[in-house]
Amino acid sequence: MSILPQIIFLLFFAATGYVLYKRVSFLKRNIQLGKAESRNDRSTERWQTMALVAFGQKKMFKRWIPALLHLLVYLGFIVINLEVAEFIIDGITGQHRIFAPLLGGAYTFAMNFFEFLAVGVLISCIIFLIRRNITKVPRLSMKELKGWPALDANLILVIEICLMMAILKMNAADQILASRGVEHYTQLGPLFFSSLLKPMLVGFSDSFLMFIERAAWWFHIVGILGFAIYVTYSKHLHIFLAFPNTWYSNLKPKGEMANMPEVTNEVNMMLGIPTEGNTEPPAEIGRFGAKDINDLSWVNIMNAYSCTECGRCTSECPANITGKKLSPRKVMMDVRDRAEEVGKSIDTGGKGLEDGKSLLGDYISQEEINACTSCNACVEACPVNIDPLSIILQMRRYIAMEESGSPAQWNAMFQNMETSFSPWKFSPSDRFNWAEKVKDEEMK
Amino acid sequence: MSNYKVPTMAEMAASGDNPEILFWVGCAGSFDERYKAVTQAFVKILNKVGVSFAVLGPEEACTGDPARRAGNEFLFQMQAVANIQVMNGYDVKKVVTACPHCFNTIKNEYPALGGNYEVIHHSQFLQTLINEGKIVMKGGGEFKGKKITFHDSCYLGRANNVYEAPREIIKALDVELVEMKRCRTKGLCCGAGGAQMFKEPEAGKKDINIERTEEALRTGASAIAVGCPFCLTMMSDGVKNKEKENEVKVFDLAELIAKDQGLS
Repeated sequence: MSILPQIIFLLFFAATGYVLYKRVSFLKRNIQLGKAESRNDRSTERWQTMALVAFGQKKMFKRWIPALLHLLVYLGFIVINLEVAEFIIDGITGQHRIFAPLLGGAYTFAMNFFEFLAVGVLISCIIFLIRRNITKVPRLSMKELKGWPALDANLILVIEICLMMAILKMNAADQILASRGVEHYTQLGPLFFSSLLKPMLVGFSDSFLMFIERAAWWFHIVGILGFAIYVTYSKHLHIFLAFPNTWYSNLKPKGEMANMPEVTNEVNMMLGIPTEGNTEPPAEIGRFGAKDINDLSWVNIMNAYSCTECGRCTSECPANITGKKLSPRKVMMDVRDRAEEVGKSIDTGGKGLEDGKSLLGDYISQEEINACTSCNACVEACPVNIDPLSIILQMRRYIAMEESGSPAQWNAMFQNMETSFSPWKFSPSDRFNWAEKVKDEEMK
Repeated sequence: MSNYKVPTMAEMAASGDNPEILFWVGCAGSFDERYKAVTQAFVKILNKVGVSFAVLGPEEACTGDPARRAGNEFLFQMQAVANIQVMNGYDVKKVVTACPHCFNTIKNEYPALGGNYEVIHHSQFLQTLINEGKIVMKGGGEFKGKKITFHDSCYLGRANNVYEAPREIIKALDVELVEMKRCRTKGLCCGAGGAQMFKEPEAGKKDINIERTEEALRTGASAIAVGCPFCLTMMSDGVKNKEKENEVKVFDLAELIAKDQGLS
């Protein structure tokens, strides 16, 4: 037998490996455009969070219909990959169904289970397409999804449907050939789902069925390799990044805003409080708050690449619900798009971060971030623990401290606090007046 | 009978005492006309139960929360460091406050600046007093058998995972607690957090407090219970906007207890 298919397969496999290596390096470098931040503490809790939230899909189940459909696709993805392992071994060795003779009846059982999942994925993807394009679930048809994001979502679903159809068709053709005693094909026990496709194929000749079987095999494996590359250009990256993203979750109380130690030093100096340790001003004074992606933490940028644009954040955002411009999902998409833009620019010898553009201003407007109530609904809603609020608050810091550009009423509030230690304009000496009324009252 | 007492930390220190808790009143608790009633109700309960407490009085300053959320980290830290100096000066160990924003800031954000205290929201504190039998409920008073809904504050709920204490208090009142669809982790903000209290909202199709008030009114509750001064303002404004202020009242949890106890 010719070893040409094996050579072609190996070439495909190696080429995919190379492209993936380049893509992963690109993404990793983009994420590292963000500032260093250590999140390696409390590792037991981090593994638990990853197991529950990413692996166990815990937060998906806040909405159980999409959660169940998504669970099928997720299980299909994980389990059918076991079959892909066989595809790869077959492809390299030139064998066909290498595990079938070894596993016997268990192999048939596994194939039936894979087929069940393939059908589950197929049905879920069709329902997802209906939700996006026909019933138009509000969070899946908002304006920030116009263009590429909507196409990306539909492409993913269509590709998954095609891949699953290929598996079923391949099995059907394969088993007809085996039942005809054609050499090289292994007769398995009955395969429930693919046998439903047999009537479509039984009329064809052996050679045509072999063509269909091989075509489906190649379509599936090349499709999967191609899809792996596609994913790195797509919101679908969440299938990998959900895991590190949840591992690096913020484990502190959601209400806590990160301290800015560089400010603490100056405040202590102003108030004449001796500071512990080094009181020298830092050699390089960074920007206060965030204007562009390099002012954010790398975790913020990883968050952005982990976002699959499901919009649960935006659909729970009080500002968005009441018609304000803010959409936490758009904030995440903007961070990712800006990181992509800067990354591509650097790689093509462009100006990178110095291209005259910035996240705040060119992608996200002040009006959007000013509308945030810091209520943490978006953070709570995210199935993979993305934190849009952290990014919003860092941008507010930039506007307030670097540009003094806060809304006039906030500037007035700042002034009140500076002069009378209250956000309202009351005399500090009146602060205790409320007690007079109680003190005059006889205790009941 | 003697009058209610509101001792300050300075008076306590002068007589060599150190109270068990510092009651952190907050700016709304000190200055907001409506919300002062909550402060007064809580102080009456503390007196009645005989809790050893004091307030900072004129020495208290804003925690800095709205400044920090609006992005002004310098101003926040100026406020915070000054407050911490005062509290550490009095050797404060335990802080109780009715404001979830003060609660969150002192509990979660002051430690990084040298202020380490046990911080308790008044809902948790009151729940403990009820559980310990120090407050014996008298059957809900004017609310007996009526429907009350509870509006979760973001800085108490999602920010700090306090969901049950306020509900336990309401249940102790012998009333019917009715939940809004968006409650607990899904609770909808009143619209005032993140320093929104201090500016007009951005352009949109509706104000957030109206959206939330409509949801609360749909429960058919005769009172909306809150545990936050900003929520109290926002929900009260919402009820007024809907011209329901004669039928539906907005109360803080401390006021509900004070009413039950005949203290108000």
